[in-house]
Amino acid sequence: MTPMSGCSDRLQARNLTLRYDEHTISQGLSVVIPDGSFTVIVGPNACGKSTLLRALSRLIQPSTGEVILDGKAIGMLSAREVARRLGLLPQSAIAPEGITVADLVARGRYPHQSFLRRWSKADERAVAAAMEATDVINLSARLVSELSGGQRQRVWIAMVLAQETPILLLDEPTTYLDIAHQIEMLDLLSDLNQEGRTIVAVLHDLNHACRYASHLIAMKDGCIVAEGKPQCIVTEQVIRDVFGLKCIVIDDPISGTPMVVPRTRHPLKRGKA
Amino acid sequence: MPIAFGRPVVTIRLWGGRVSCHLDLRATSVSAAVLTLCLLVVAVSLMSGAYPASMTEVATALLGRGEEMVMMIVREWRLPRVLLALLFGGALGMSGAIFQSLTRNPLGSPDVIGFAAGSHTGALVVILLLSGGYYETALGALVGGIVTALAVYLLAFRRGVDGFRLIVVGIGVAAMLGAFNAWMIRKADLQVAMSAAVWAAGSLDGLGFEQVMSTVVMLCLAVPPALRLSRPMRQLEMGDDVAMASGVAAGRVRLCLLILGVALTAIVTAAAGPIAFIALAAPQIARRLTRSAGLGLITSALTGALLLVVADWAAQHAFAVHLPVGVMTVSIGGLYFLWLIIREGCK
Repeated sequence: MTPMSGCSDRLQARNLTLRYDEHTISQGLSVVIPDGSFTVIVGPNACGKSTLLRALSRLIQPSTGEVILDGKAIGMLSAREVARRLGLLPQSAIAPEGITVADLVARGRYPHQSFLRRWSKADERAVAAAMEATDVINLSARLVSELSGGQRQRVWIAMVLAQETPILLLDEPTTYLDIAHQIEMLDLLSDLNQEGRTIVAVLHDLNHACRYASHLIAMKDGCIVAEGKPQCIVTEQVIRDVFGLKCIVIDDPISGTPMVVPRTRHPLKRGKA
Repeated sequence: MPIAFGRPVVTIRLWGGRVSCHLDLRATSVSAAVLTLCLLVVAVSLMSGAYPASMTEVATALLGRGEEMVMMIVREWRLPRVLLALLFGGALGMSGAIFQSLTRNPLGSPDVIGFAAGSHTGALVVILLLSGGYYETALGALVGGIVTALAVYLLAFRRGVDGFRLIVVGIGVAAMLGAFNAWMIRKADLQVAMSAAVWAAGSLDGLGFEQVMSTVVMLCLAVPPALRLSRPMRQLEMGDDVAMASGVAAGRVRLCLLILGVALTAIVTAAAGPIAFIALAAPQIARRLTRSAGLGLITSALTGALLLVVADWAAQHAFAVHLPVGVMTVSIGGLYFLWLIIREGCK
C-alpha cells in the first residue's frame, strides 16, 4: 500500500487470479487505483498489463478474487452501470468502414442511450465537449480512415471521453505515434487528469511514465513488483528486476523526475566517427 | 454550434426528450426511393405475364372488382408471388447485414458461410430419405440451417468468435456439405432427385397466400428483436473490447444476432429453396447508396426486397424461357463480384 491509496478508493482489485483457458497470467494480484491519480502501468511485453486492465474493466472474469468498483464487486454490476463509471480504450479498437469522426465519437454515448432515447441534448453536449477537449472538433465531418495516426488516436480518446466516466483506462494510447504526438497525447491525458478524472494507462516508455505518472505500477510475470510515486520506486535495481535491463537513473533535466538511461553492450560508439 | 457529422442529419426530440433520434436524411431518402422502385416493379410484375393486364385492370382487380379471370390471375397467382419476393428479399437483405456486421467482412453472408448449404442438406434429407412434402421440406431446411450454424459457431469458437475464423470455417463446412449434397442426389431415384434439384434451384413457383401468411408470422417474430439489437450490433463493429467497455454484453448479443440471422435466411430457404447472393450484395449496395457507416438493417432489407422482385420479374419474363429466380440471383451475384473486382482493380 502506498501513502496515496486506501480502502476508500473507487477502483481496486483483491487477490485476482486471471487466466485465459488453462494459461494463468496473474495470481494473487491486488491493486488499488488511487482516486484522481494518473496511474501508469509499466512492464515487459506479456507481463499481464493489458489483462489487468481488462479485468479492471469487467472484460474478463477473474477465476478467484474480485474487482471492486465503488465498494461493489464489479461482476455484480451490469455492463451498463460499469460503462457509465469506467471507460476503456483497448488496443483492438476498429473504426467501421466509412464512419465519420463525429459518428465514431457519438458511439461513446452508448451506455447513456436507450432504444427510444438515441440522441439527447446531453449526448450532443458530451460529444461536442469531447471533440473540443481532444481538438478534433474541426475534423468532425471527416472520415476516420482519412486521418493521420495521431488524429485517429485523438478521435478514439474523444470517443471514450464522450462516455463521461470519472475513471479512464487506456491500453498503450501512444503506440504507433511519433514522439511529438506521444507528448501531445500524454499532455492531453494529463489535462484530463487535472480536471479530476482518474487515469490509468499502460505505457511502454519509462521516461514518459516517470514524467507523467502520479502513481506508477511496475509489473512482471503477472505480479506487481513495485508501486508508488515514480521518484520513490524507479531505481536501477527495480529496472533491472522488472525489465532485465542495466541502466543508470538520473534526474530528468526538465521535470526532475527519474530518467532511465539504458546501458548497452556498445557504449563507446560515439567517439569513433 | 451544431456538430458537423459529414452528412445531412436532422435531430428529432419528442415528449420533452424522452424520445430522441438522429435522422440521416440521405439514408431516409434512399429508403424512400428504393421503396418507390419496389412498388413500381410490383406493379409491373402484376401486369406482365402470359396474360398481360393493364394498370387499370390490375388496380380494379386488386380492389376486388373487374373480370373474374383477371382477378384470379392478378390476385391469386401474381400477387402472392410478388409479395413473397418482397418479403424474402427483405429477410435475406437483413440477414446479410447482420452476418456482415458480425463478421466485419463483406463476404460474411449466410450463403458464403455455409448456412445455405446446411439448409440444402436438411431439405435433401427430408426429400430423399423421408420423402416429405412441402412443410416437411421447409422444416428440414430450417433445422439443417440452424444445425449448420451451430456447428460452424462451435468449430469457430475459441475464447469468443472471431469474424474471419467464422467465415473460413463456414466456407470449409459449406464445401463439405456441398459434396455430401451431391452424393445424396447421386444416390437417389431419378424422380426424387429431379424434385430435389427443382427445390435446390430456388424458386417462387407454386407459392401462394398460405406461404405469405406463414412468412409474415415468422418475420414478425424475427424482425423486431433484430431491430432492437441494431444498436449493440453497431457497437460490436468496433471490436468486442470496445463494445463490452461501452456496456454491451458482447457474447449474448452476438449469439442472439446469429440466431436471428440464421432464422431470417432459413425462413426463405425453407419456403423457396436457396436464393443466393441477395444476402451478400444487398447490404453492400445499401451501404454505398446511403454512404453511411456500418450496415443498416432497414436499408439492407429494402434493397434486398428490390433486388429480389426485380430478379423474379426478370426470371419470369426477361428471357424466352422461364427461369427459377435462384438462377437469376446467382447471375446477379456474378455481376456483383465482377463489379467488386473492377472497383478494387481501379483503386
